[in-house]
Amino acid sequence: MRMWAQSHLCQKPRRESTLLAAAFAFVFLILSVSPANAIPAFARKYGLRCSACHESWPMLNYFGQKFKDNGYQLMNDRDAPIWQNPGYWPITFRITPIWHRVSTNRVQVDQYDSSGSIIGTGGTAEAKITTSGFDLSGLDFHTGGTLEKNFSFYVLPSSDPTASFHFETVMARLDNIGNSPWLNVKLGKFELDNLLSEKRILTLTGEGGIYQLYHFIPAGDNNIYGQMGDNQLGVEVLGHSANDRTRYSVALLSSNDGSVELPYGEESYSTFITGSQAFDAGRLGVERLGFYVMAGEAPTAFLTNGGAPIAGSGTQNKGYSREGFVGQFYFGPHFDTTVVTQHGEDSAWFGQGYGDPIDFPGSNNNIPGVSALPAGSRNPTWNGVLIEPHLVVSPQMILIGRYETIRMSQQSTPGTASNLGNITTYTTGVRYNPFMTSRAGWAYHAEYNWWHQDGTSPVTGNNLTSSELLLGFDFDF
Amino acid sequence: MAVHTNLLKWLLALSVVITLCLPGNSFAQLTTNQVQDWLHSPAATSHVGNLTGHAPDAQYQYRRYCVGCHGELGDGNGENAMWMEPPLLQKPRNFQLGIFKCRSTPTGTLPTDQDLFDTIGRGMDRSNMPSWNTLSKQERADLVALVKHFSPRFQSEKPGTPIQIPPEPEITDDRIKAGQAVFQKVECWKCHGAQGMANGPSASTLTDDLGRTIAPFNFTDGSRPKCGTTDQDLYRIFMTGLDGTPMPSFSDNIKPEEAWDLVFYLRSLMSQPSVEKQMAKKMGLKPVNPSSGP
Repeated sequence: MRMWAQSHLCQKPRRESTLLAAAFAFVFLILSVSPANAIPAFARKYGLRCSACHESWPMLNYFGQKFKDNGYQLMNDRDAPIWQNPGYWPITFRITPIWHRVSTNRVQVDQYDSSGSIIGTGGTAEAKITTSGFDLSGLDFHTGGTLEKNFSFYVLPSSDPTASFHFETVMARLDNIGNSPWLNVKLGKFELDNLLSEKRILTLTGEGGIYQLYHFIPAGDNNIYGQMGDNQLGVEVLGHSANDRTRYSVALLSSNDGSVELPYGEESYSTFITGSQAFDAGRLGVERLGFYVMAGEAPTAFLTNGGAPIAGSGTQNKGYSREGFVGQFYFGPHFDTTVVTQHGEDSAWFGQGYGDPIDFPGSNNNIPGVSALPAGSRNPTWNGVLIEPHLVVSPQMILIGRYETIRMSQQSTPGTASNLGNITTYTTGVRYNPFMTSRAGWAYHAEYNWWHQDGTSPVTGNNLTSSELLLGFDFDF
Repeated sequence: MAVHTNLLKWLLALSVVITLCLPGNSFAQLTTNQVQDWLHSPAATSHVGNLTGHAPDAQYQYRRYCVGCHGELGDGNGENAMWMEPPLLQKPRNFQLGIFKCRSTPTGTLPTDQDLFDTIGRGMDRSNMPSWNTLSKQERADLVALVKHFSPRFQSEKPGTPIQIPPEPEITDDRIKAGQAVFQKVECWKCHGAQGMANGPSASTLTDDLGRTIAPFNFTDGSRPKCGTTDQDLYRIFMTGLDGTPMPSFSDNIKPEEAWDLVFYLRSLMSQPSVEKQMAKKMGLKPVNPSSGP
């Protein structure tokens, strides 16, 4: 649920705001001391509390991951809808009313001369902007489950805060083919099999509500196709052992970043491959180690009409890749840490701004026989790491931390500052569920994110920094 | 007169208090205090292989995973229990009674720690008790200890001695036929039906020990036996019985060799592919004839 525009409007936190936030959080906790004894919504089908599947809603724990891997089935021979009350319809909506303050240190602004006229063609200076106020997230309608034993689906119409809808997920799945958990097939638009799921992220701010590692594009690069945090269109084969300790998935994807109606290449595909193995670590819990590889090709050349690129005509595919390791480490029931690493590489063509002239008119179009890379152009490469620790005070309360950093190891254009586009971000937050059911969820949410990128301010090329404080009620029903 | 009035008021108030308290007293078999006291008792430990489980260490996981069905006091009255309607879904187990279906021990005795451990890891088919094999073994061993601490039986009784299961003999046509004869002799068909379709003449009348409607196992619809799917598990089920249900132990009626014969015959009834099923088909084995008597 990516909910609000990633604005970078900023100024330093004011004392009044900080006090208000503290009071807000305090009142939350005082007013919400009630037992988690409501009737879980999952009881409509399975009679399990949502804490059974979620380390903290919406993030899955190992049991929830197995449930998902089984095609939203408990595998109890009562999964088919024929066993349910005919009135049962598995639908949930989620929306989050919030108050937040967003600030960015360098926003492109106009300058005026003494007569009141804009200097230049506009946007010739930078200013720090901070804004705050009450706001809304987008709205998600989740519906998913089984159509019959071993036939499952998931459909998620999702809106932005202005109620403009799109299909975030539309997926049908054949489960346990040949009565084997090792063979399942998924077709449609779906989240890639990231062990640390961005769609189930516990944080909500513009920059902290995504994993930077899953969306990173080097400065000047125009490869939008390698964003492993975005749901993608394709087919996925996945499998797992009976206890889900061993997992794998292989997906064939259209290189279109999940966009419908074939807007980009004529024939451009990518793949996403994952594998992981969990280990029983006694009193510590279960530890998991895994890897992922996203690799593929995407177009750089488009036919044009009147200079405008024609959708679906993309050719001259160039390559890209992202690969890394994932570790989920538990230190008893109350503390765990997830680590994700990434090494990424784009073709020099992407690095020089080719890739997506459809969404970015005016950007480079690789006209065969005409276009050429600047001398010395290289494949941009980078490395990154994400560390996300959780302190699970109780099934109803979790403290979240996150540190992400991405460092360029090779710029596409020689002589470019080696740190251009580097990202560092910290996020911290707390979620408290005053009650915990699977019929409905409610979390008091407080979060702070600080985000920094080297050399990408719009006018001066200085460092860009933003921060966001967010307080809200995150609920679903 | 004033004294009488005051006395009447006090008696009235007392009767109201007693009336209000009675339902609570009669409903809850154990109090929170009792359960809490037993949390640190010797019975609140488990031994599974080289693991030792401790009930206090499982409290967090029990709250996260189990309490919604089994309840804070392990009495099977979690908030979801009311939505489980037999015979479609059995009610959650009441741990306080100390009666468990899946055991390796003789009927009427307590299960071993390993039995409870296996049940948590396997889950119970056709119920909302899933397989918790995603938990670590230590976590499951701790949960076993916690389950035990709910019941006064574990405070005073030892588990039964597991029954001995002789080595599985070779499957032959004769053994499958002999198994069918056992099926006829001990009248399995009365509940499970002549073809194992859970439609025997007694099927619709069955209730568990708490008077709740219960259905016999249908061998033909692809379901898995609740207490395990191996041949040894099947052997164990009818030699120990499923305590708390109408499924008795046949250990006094069936010899060990006959028990294996029955296992082979039951396999031939099940819809899952098996050697026994192929052999029975090749033999042209017909279902038992209930009217022919034992």
